[in-house]
Amino acid sequence: MAKKEKVYIYKLYERFWHWTQAFLIFFLALTGFEVHGSFTFFGFENAVDLHNKAAWAFIILTIFTIFWHFTTGEWKQYLPTTENLKAQAQYYIFGIFRNAPHPTRKTILSKLNPLQRLVYLSLKILVFPVMIASGLAYMFYRYPSQGEILELGIGSLETIALLHTIGAYILIAFVIVHLYLITTGHTLTSNLKAMITGWEELETEEGETPVSQTIKDPVGEKIRENTPQITPDRYENKEEI
Amino acid sequence: MKNTVTFILSVVVPLVIITLILRDASRENKLLAELKEEYSQPHIPSVDHSKHEVLQRDFDNPHEITATCISCHTERGQELLNSFHFTWEREDFIEGRGVTYLGKRNLLNNFCTGIFSNEATCNRCHAGYGYSDKNFDFTNQYNVDCLVCHDNTGSYEKLRGGAGYPVPGQDFRTIVQNVGRPTKANCGYCHFHGGGGNNVKHGDLEEALLTASRQVDVHMGVDGANLECVDCHVTQNHVMKGRYYGVSSANTRRATCEQCHTAAPHLDNMLNTHVEKIACQTCHIPEYAKVNATKMFWDWSTAGELEDGRAFELYDEQGNPIYQSIKGDAAWQTNVIPEYFWFNGTADHFLLSDKVDTTEAFLRINTLFGDANDPESRIYPVKVHRGRQPYDPVYLTILQAKLWDREAGRGALWIDLDWERALVEGMKYLDRPYSGQWDFVDTEMYLPVNHMVSPASEALQCQDCHTRTNGRMQFVEGAYIPGKTTNAAVDSLGVLLIIMSFLGVITHAVIRYISHRKNKVVTSS
Repeated sequence: MAKKEKVYIYKLYERFWHWTQAFLIFFLALTGFEVHGSFTFFGFENAVDLHNKAAWAFIILTIFTIFWHFTTGEWKQYLPTTENLKAQAQYYIFGIFRNAPHPTRKTILSKLNPLQRLVYLSLKILVFPVMIASGLAYMFYRYPSQGEILELGIGSLETIALLHTIGAYILIAFVIVHLYLITTGHTLTSNLKAMITGWEELETEEGETPVSQTIKDPVGEKIRENTPQITPDRYENKEEI
Repeated sequence: MKNTVTFILSVVVPLVIITLILRDASRENKLLAELKEEYSQPHIPSVDHSKHEVLQRDFDNPHEITATCISCHTERGQELLNSFHFTWEREDFIEGRGVTYLGKRNLLNNFCTGIFSNEATCNRCHAGYGYSDKNFDFTNQYNVDCLVCHDNTGSYEKLRGGAGYPVPGQDFRTIVQNVGRPTKANCGYCHFHGGGGNNVKHGDLEEALLTASRQVDVHMGVDGANLECVDCHVTQNHVMKGRYYGVSSANTRRATCEQCHTAAPHLDNMLNTHVEKIACQTCHIPEYAKVNATKMFWDWSTAGELEDGRAFELYDEQGNPIYQSIKGDAAWQTNVIPEYFWFNGTADHFLLSDKVDTTEAFLRINTLFGDANDPESRIYPVKVHRGRQPYDPVYLTILQAKLWDREAGRGALWIDLDWERALVEGMKYLDRPYSGQWDFVDTEMYLPVNHMVSPASEALQCQDCHTRTNGRMQFVEGAYIPGKTTNAAVDSLGVLLIIMSFLGVITHAVIRYISHRKNKVVTSS
């Protein structure tokens, strides 16, 4: 029988990164599509200025986060796996409508289901690098030689701009689907609450040591020590949707 | 709590510090301040010509004045013989033509077509005496007119129809004792009146510049820098910087903004990046002909109409002639928004010997070379002067009409108003073939706009070009301009992707809601 336990799953930096990144992507899209000419909100000049500033913030955040991923070993969370990949896809297409259980169990060691792993990994190694590289090229491609950076010798802005625009459309599509899929946790808001507070109710198997206690996480340990124990509710009794 | 403090110290504080470092600190425009200081120094002449003994006399022969100048300035006469202001032709290389010797002496223009057979009146603006026909002696230094450029009294007048000779009986004694560095009035005496009247030709060079505010021209404005033409058109040994592409072809010896302002004059790097592809003039001359109107259109084909058997003229509300029997229809405009073209500083010209291509919508009197892929090209503001010029439909050449003469009955269009005779006389003078038939061809001439630079606060703003519709760059091709250029495929696929995502999400949510209710019913029953 599955038991439920409150687990500290998203650490402070992780949440800071996630929400800063979320804000920056929203803000970059807003200013970026104004630069694209889709609408007028800030005014073109301000939009460009804000977009560039937000871009630098995004780059700095990314550098910090890469550091965090490697020092904490969290990068392993994004290793792709084929295990359960099909089951996860089938769950979203069929299972979810039949009240079937999530095929992938969320633990601290494995927070992401196989589909998430695949999507987030492609963001990390494909979409973000392309957006950052094309964005930097967009900024610097024709700096005059007397500027700080020598001319990169790119003849036209067109390729850069189109690449950057395609990436932007993909990111918006991602955000739309992502915002929807976070409602597919145990409850409509359980994923959202977890990303805000760091705490989430996760299932543990009967007799199994709760994963949370096996993790070497001194900070989390301390927080748990200072947190009063909550009696886990039974899954079946909860209003699901 | 301690954890949060650690987090703030290790993450947030470094982020704030990095952001502060990357932020552009506001700087003072030191270069501009230095330029202002340099050019506010008054010019102090090294010589007071009124103290020269040779000038203490009256003159009635202008050649003698020149000889007197040369008696002290011994080498200047020879310099002038090689100056474009005197030769009206220069050696250039034109892509597709090779080395050419072109200038006002042998080129067409979109105004009075050319000087040929009309020299006596057109060449009032020649820096010489007696250029009344093609036999003028360009090798005689005593044919140079020193005074038109160096008279500082502002009173020197050249005679109408006098082939460059001055109006007789002027107070030459006072004039020669007050010669010096050319002023705006000297240059403007000819350059403001190109095309036969104030501001007719250029649109950005006119009499108002002698008294205008810095709103009209930030450099020449009397309440601004109050610069003289030669401050920018730097001259050494009578060789001056500056090109007018109605008669020039090469990208050399140009007077540029960069010679004072450098290629990175802005405090904002974003603006400096624009310098690579956008000429300074494009943003800083948002409009020209800011005071008096300039002629934008000249239709020769309607010239010659009579009212009650007499020549007549019609004027617009500003007093500009919109019809003249001697010149045809005209259109005038003030505060003109320039048209924009890629331009690399080289140009070609339609020559008297060139063939008119009647399949083209219009004939280019001159062609500005350049395109988006040419690293030398930048986007320039241009006055496009449109017109209709006479041409020979059989030989397909542009026809020069004889326009002017001292007397009636010698075929001058402006007196006799007879096209047939005027064209015959003009072509006979040129000694070029003429079939006897004539028609008119639509023409365009391209005059890059360089003057009437507005104060920085009036410069174009980003959204003037970076806009989807009706921007300044709407007809400029070949460049991706953010905010203006779109790729239809990328945008439609992108929007489709977003719509599909929304539809997918909504469909999924609806099915989820319905099945959830169904499941609930099943559970409760």
